[in-house]
Amino acid sequence: MSTIRVRAQEADGMVTVRALITHPMETGTRKDSAGELIAPHHIQVVNAEVGDTEVMTAYWNTTISRNPFFQFQFAGNKGDTLKLSWSDNKGESDSTDVTIG
Amino acid sequence: MTSNKRRVFLKGTLAAGTVGVAVGAGLLAPSQLLAAWPEPAFKARGFDESLNAALGTTELPDGDISITAPEIAENGMVVPVTVETGMGDVTEMALFVEKNGAPLTSKYVLGAGAVPMFATRIKMGESSDVIAAVKSGGTWYGARQEVKVTIGGCGG
Repeated sequence: MSTIRVRAQEADGMVTVRALITHPMETGTRKDSAGELIAPHHIQVVNAEVGDTEVMTAYWNTTISRNPFFQFQFAGNKGDTLKLSWSDNKGESDSTDVTIG
Repeated sequence: MTSNKRRVFLKGTLAAGTVGVAVGAGLLAPSQLLAAWPEPAFKARGFDESLNAALGTTELPDGDISITAPEIAENGMVVPVTVETGMGDVTEMALFVEKNGAPLTSKYVLGAGAVPMFATRIKMGESSDVIAAVKSGGTWYGARQEVKVTIGGCGG
């Protein structure tokens, strides 16, 4: 199952993207029940593309909340495909395609 | 049959593990994008150091920037923030929490047709000003808003 839930909706030529990503976003300063520090684990880059065109790139620190929410807007067309992807500090990544509605 | 599947599964896990180790050791770049993550800016401690590392300046003249954030956030783990600007020719935006250990929370590079706005949720360790920076016409502008935090959200 994708870690990304995203909706992209066009109105008057503007596409509003709302995304929720499942990710722990560990800061590296939190301790587990045994008192050991939990290693940092966080998304570093989120990228949004339509075709070969990058519309938005976000760079994130550990201080973006757990299970991040991200909303942005761009000029675009209904029916186009938006590709949203992320990669984190452990080299994990995910991506999903959504049709702009 | 069952054991075959199991073997394939194990092989897959092993392969993924090896790649993970290689990435961790810096032998492989996980992606082009990751290489672009501005580590010094995100690791910088202290507000001025963070501004300098992220923006190349500590001068942030007032801009036409609106920050929507709660005046009082009960939970510092999840503070919703929206940044919008009426300024033109915007290429980048950034969001800082002055009193967080590492103040830069995020930086945004606007691509073709992007509207200069974003909304996300951030962690705040304590009550602090939240600072939005917007690069318009090649110059960084800023705005700030205070957010009082009841329960801090940076663990520790």
